[in-house]
Amino acid sequence: MAESNLTGRVVGIDLGTTNSLVAYMQGDAPVVIPGVDGSNLVPSVVALDPVTAEGGRPTVTVGNTARKALIETPERVIYSVKRLMGRGLHEIQDELKLFPFRIAEDVEEGEVPRIQLGELKFTPPEISAYILRQLKRNAERFFGAPVTQAVITVPAYFNDAQRQATKDAGRMAGLEVLRLVNEPTAAALAYGLDRAKEGTIAVYDLGGGTFDISILKLRDGIFEVQSTNGDTHLGGDDIDNLLLAVALDEIHAEHGVDLRGHPGAVQALRKAAIDAKIRLSSEQAARFDIELPNGDRYQREIPREVFELLIEPVLNRTVGPCKQALTDAGITPEQIDEVVLVGGSTRIPAVRELVDELFKLSPRGKRPHIELNPDEVVALGAAVQADILAGASKTTEEMLLLDVTPLSLGIEALGGTVARIIQRNSTIPASATEHFTTGVDGQTNVAIHVVQGEREMAADCRSLARFDLKGIPPMSAGLPRIEVKFLIDADGILKVTAREQRSGQAAKIEVKPTYGLTDEQVESMILDSFDHAEEDFAKRLLIEARNEAENLLTLVERAPRSPAWAQLTGEEQDAIAAARRGLEDVLRGADAKAIRDATLALDRVTTRFAELMMEAAVSSAITGKTMDAANEDLGEEVTAPHPMAQAEFK
Amino acid sequence: MIEVLNSAVPVACWSCSVAHNDSTLFCPHCSKIQPAAAGDFFRVFGLERGFQIDLAALEQEFHRLSRKVHPDRFARSSETERQLSLADTALLNDAYRTLKDPLHRTEYLLKLEGAEIGEEHAGKDPGEARKGQKDPSRVPADLLEEVFELNMQLEEMRMARKMGEQDPQLQADLEQAKKKFESLLAAVDVDLRAEWKTWDAGDEPTRKAAQQTMVALIDRRRYLSNLVRDVIETLGA
Repeated sequence: MAESNLTGRVVGIDLGTTNSLVAYMQGDAPVVIPGVDGSNLVPSVVALDPVTAEGGRPTVTVGNTARKALIETPERVIYSVKRLMGRGLHEIQDELKLFPFRIAEDVEEGEVPRIQLGELKFTPPEISAYILRQLKRNAERFFGAPVTQAVITVPAYFNDAQRQATKDAGRMAGLEVLRLVNEPTAAALAYGLDRAKEGTIAVYDLGGGTFDISILKLRDGIFEVQSTNGDTHLGGDDIDNLLLAVALDEIHAEHGVDLRGHPGAVQALRKAAIDAKIRLSSEQAARFDIELPNGDRYQREIPREVFELLIEPVLNRTVGPCKQALTDAGITPEQIDEVVLVGGSTRIPAVRELVDELFKLSPRGKRPHIELNPDEVVALGAAVQADILAGASKTTEEMLLLDVTPLSLGIEALGGTVARIIQRNSTIPASATEHFTTGVDGQTNVAIHVVQGEREMAADCRSLARFDLKGIPPMSAGLPRIEVKFLIDADGILKVTAREQRSGQAAKIEVKPTYGLTDEQVESMILDSFDHAEEDFAKRLLIEARNEAENLLTLVERAPRSPAWAQLTGEEQDAIAAARRGLEDVLRGADAKAIRDATLALDRVTTRFAELMMEAAVSSAITGKTMDAANEDLGEEVTAPHPMAQAEFK
Repeated sequence: MIEVLNSAVPVACWSCSVAHNDSTLFCPHCSKIQPAAAGDFFRVFGLERGFQIDLAALEQEFHRLSRKVHPDRFARSSETERQLSLADTALLNDAYRTLKDPLHRTEYLLKLEGAEIGEEHAGKDPGEARKGQKDPSRVPADLLEEVFELNMQLEEMRMARKMGEQDPQLQADLEQAKKKFESLLAAVDVDLRAEWKTWDAGDEPTRKAAQQTMVALIDRRRYLSNLVRDVIETLGA
């Protein structure tokens, strides 16, 4: 184990609200690892298949497959689970109004909420673990070797509990999480790699469900975060919800149909809302055209100006955090040298205008950086950080990331006020030592309540944990002197140790996190203890290799029926037939590598055929269908069963 | 509470047991990371105690040491090494955060030298300090009249805001007051810097006197800066 820890690859994972990605450092550049379907993005959607696998274990699907189930069996599907990570029951009430999360009925306050998925219940970290396991498998399939260590990104403004929940999810998925990296910082790493820049940069990250702003100073390869701010519940989802609400209200008013309560119909409408939102980034208007259950059609055109008015309140919520971050960094907008845009929502032109205005870019002849794909940049940065941690590469050996804690840490003092012990934007790891004593003669324990947040009263801050310092030797009141050390580690997670100084006795601490799973609970939720085993890994590789081979063979079997087949030369047809026989010969064997090689060989000789088929599909598309529809057709017809050729069609 | 060690103490390396000087972060024999030596924040950077600091040099040293001890450099090392890296880096960060900020540095060094400073947050035994948690902030005698006037204006302004009224005259008065108190604040900073110099260059009696002056200046500074913050908040509300 120790041996493989030193040599194995460390991957970088962006565990997003909407999509998740896994990336690694290929030579001196980070690249995203595609999934079996050839897509770089794995939708953060988890579905419970109605059919259970052998041994009665549930079959869980993740990504595009799970997303397809969203319309047919919405009660067995969950998405945007990141919004629930590390949160208590009463905190998620607002989310429940907007998302079809089904909280299990037997959840009590103080427990980690469990989500009802079909007949089973899962905590948010378990759901995230399924997504992580899928990414882990994609990487293992790509490398042909086990992957056990990862860097996972989190929103910079995630609190202690949300970070811990993410780390727990990694452990459940069989990943040792070497570091949690803040998403905007990761993006800065990805951008900073190919430019030996110095200066101050702002990263504006508006993703699916979270908003972060970070201000960093770059110098000699050191990325020093000056300040960070944000909102962990603000993002593209909120924009979708606005459009969805408008559509639902109008349908109700105009057609007398209340679709709320029809999860399948709401999901279809949500998809239409998302499509409209995306179109509005490049076009001046978008159309809703939806068939209602009663046969009516809901048709509606949304001009961009209307859309921009609608989303203005959402976008304006990013202004306050940006200004606060500038104030905390002690700089003015004009002192920002570069702005980096991250997250799919920054494709919206109104967002770019807002950023331009906030940081006074145009008047200074500057433009925000959008060179890297905003959906991928965080994962790419995570791969860079993974490479730094692996410590084995020349490219990153001079790079070092110095991040900060986004929220102040405090202790509840008399009267319910907060005594701050570590200020927000302190570089992590950071520590503080506090001394406590007793108030009553002979008292043997002292209760400490740790909170996170910026408000004056403890009740308005986020409760992190309650500690009981036990085993204090009985002394007169005020005489014991208990030293408690609070340490925020490099992941932004709090650790506490205590010592009674007069007796030299180590006071026992029982840490009861206010929200979160205990170690034992996490242990019991580990998805697949076999994931580590070499033989099991080999077995899985074989199964995956066979699946890929069979997919390709199905396509090749159907090939002669396609008009494109006739366009091939006789030699090409023979080569395909030979490669097909070669694959069929090894398919029954147990040599995963031989199957993969034969699959690749067949794939190579069918490349031209695939291209011809695509051309045919494109020309038929021009005669009527929209390009979008044609692309979807291509996805179904050519690319999906042809895993190797997919990358070229993106 | 913090023990000052002026001379290096020989200690044994936890890994190879060879003795080395305790101010070394890495064992000269086996190169393993070592626990940081006990001492104050100045010692972390190999500095003598003093109020004046070359900030550029401090930053450079912070970056140099960070590159060596940061947990990112030990992600795949043994548990012991990771723990040491974490502790060393936390200390380094705490030290840098305190020393780079002129006010924090001044308060920190004054405390190291035994001065009593009214703390804004409670960090002491709850029995003692927590009760007087918010610094009572006595009004400096020379400002009594102006502060009284200002507080009246602030109250009026808040009332006007509540009623949704505009009062340009009041607004202008407050802007004026803000400027005045900001310049007083700047004057305190100038005085503080002068005392820094005196202390850094002075002998023991001179230092004692400078310390007392600085404690008074810090109190005045805190009072003024709270006042300015109030005005800014009221104006910006």
